[in-house]
Amino acid sequence: MNQRLETWRRYRVTFQTILKKEILRFLRIWVQTILPSVITTSLYFVIFGRLIGERIGMMDGFAYLDFIVPGLVLMGVITNAYSNVVSSFYSSKFSRYIEELLVSPAPNWVILAGYVGGGVARGLVVGGAVMLIAVFFTDIRIHDPLTMLLIGVLTATLFSLGGFINAIYANSFDDISIVPTFVLTPLTYLGGVFYSIELLPEFWQTVSLANPVLYMVNAFRHGLLGVSDIPLSVAFGMILLFILMLTVYSLYLLRRGVGIKT
Amino acid sequence: MFALDVQHLTKIYRGGFHALKGIDLQVAEGDFFALLGPNGAGKSTFIGIISSLVNKTTGQVSVFGHDLDHDPEGVKSCIGLVPQEFNFNLFLPVIEVVLNQAGYYGLPRHEARIRAERYLRQLDLWDRRDTEMRRLSGGMKRRLMIARALVHEPRLLILDEPTAGVDIEIRRSMWSFLRELNQQGTTIILTTHYLEEAESLCRNIAIIDDGRIAERTSVAALLQRLHTETFVLNLKGRVSELPQLGGFVLQALDDCTLEVEMNREHTINGLFEALSRNGIEVISLRNKQNRLERLFLELVDRQNAEAGV
Ligand SMILES: Nc1ncnc2c1ncn2[C@@H]1O[C@H](COP(=O)(O)OP(=O)(O)OP(=O)(O)O)[C@@H](O)[C@H]1O
Ligand SMILES: [Mg+2]
Repeated sequence: MNQRLETWRRYRVTFQTILKKEILRFLRIWVQTILPSVITTSLYFVIFGRLIGERIGMMDGFAYLDFIVPGLVLMGVITNAYSNVVSSFYSSKFSRYIEELLVSPAPNWVILAGYVGGGVARGLVVGGAVMLIAVFFTDIRIHDPLTMLLIGVLTATLFSLGGFINAIYANSFDDISIVPTFVLTPLTYLGGVFYSIELLPEFWQTVSLANPVLYMVNAFRHGLLGVSDIPLSVAFGMILLFILMLTVYSLYLLRRGVGIKT
Repeated sequence: MFALDVQHLTKIYRGGFHALKGIDLQVAEGDFFALLGPNGAGKSTFIGIISSLVNKTTGQVSVFGHDLDHDPEGVKSCIGLVPQEFNFNLFLPVIEVVLNQAGYYGLPRHEARIRAERYLRQLDLWDRRDTEMRRLSGGMKRRLMIARALVHEPRLLILDEPTAGVDIEIRRSMWSFLRELNQQGTTIILTTHYLEEAESLCRNIAIIDDGRIAERTSVAALLQRLHTETFVLNLKGRVSELPQLGGFVLQALDDCTLEVEMNREHTINGLFEALSRNGIEVISLRNKQNRLERLFLELVDRQNAEAGV
């Protein structure tokens, strides 16, 4: 029994060490990690919200600026969670200091949890910052903070896992920017960040339903504004299912040592 | 119980290269063990498998009774690894590298700090603790790898060419450090291409060649097998004609340098007497080559001859 307890204490220390290292990393280089998202989303607020938004009028019963806030926050969460894990884990492969972890008795799931935790932390920091800017530009009041926070954390977890898998397969620094550019960005832009899918023709509405980002954006919008194109339970179910699948797959890759052991 | 017990270990890399072709090796607890072999023999592959950086193809590895397949965490907890190539995050300060490693092994923070200070001091890096890794010299990085590997106080320390590129003074101080560590009970396995290092530090030795163990013996027994020894003598004055001396084979390298190969039954006193009798005066002498180095070459040559290379 004591042995068990000791093992769990060890795991906790390992997890905390990785998490702390990951958080310090993105805070240390905050100009590259936090600032860009804050600047781009501020620009979105100014341009789409203030300048163009006034001409667009209402969307789903909200001023256009208010309507895009949830999407913009979540976009910050998604890109930052993903890029934090993909670049940090790939760097550790590239410079080989991943070996520090591989020789240690840290189990794979603790390693995974530590890196994902780092991605979630950065996603939330950026999401929080964008939220603050939104408060400055708009006068929205949060409808359901718990749902909002939950969706934020789950989304960050999901995309951190995605970044992790990307890093495992990556063989060059080019490989870590392909997915964000060609997959992530289109998915978020087409995921209802800037519009309600009700505006789309029926065919494209159905196609949009295959985009997982749509569920997250809408659930998040429900948390913030109280409106959604998608039932909340479906959104939660989808996100949890994806998290489960990517977790299992990440652990499988780690176990096989794909990309990190020869 | 063996510190390390390896049975029938093989490794085939992706692409089909057979790096290890069935290695059996036991290292006793408390031993100071040298793993020698030419470039590409498979030393780092062997070490990589033991320390979980490389997947084995077949075979068993057990470390202090922990089986690598069934209890990898137990194996890893016992081992400290100093790899052949630098594997640092170059943007971290020195102290954080050591503290992180301690954290990965699950050491509580306060304990980690105490040990980090102890090992950084012992390896003469404490003054550098806040320096970013990329500002360290190569020799400092080598020493930091040792400090990092010791922070969880492993029972088995494995060093893959720890003194490559390290200056003479620091190499000597590393040697005495490792010797002391071994005396305090840590089992040590090291690879090196400096055979003088193996001869002065290690008790037992294995030579790997082409993925196989070519020799497994004690350093003392190995040196016993040297039948002849060769000295190079600097002479006072020139010798135009070489005398014939029984039991010694003489060869002039130039007018005032002589190479003497002598059988183990003969003594240096005998050599000098014989030279004196022939009016040859010696200013200085040195061993032609590290003794182990010669044996090593002989063994590897023999292997290659047998393999028909
Ligand atoms: N990842 C890899 N993929 C394919 N072959 C490899 C890989 N790593 C090593 N090898 C091959 O395996 C053989 C053994 O390599 P290893 O690094 O174990 O040798 P070594 O004894 O440590 O040599 P050195 O003294 O140069 O460090 C070499 O022929 C090498 O080319
Ligand atoms: Mg090597």
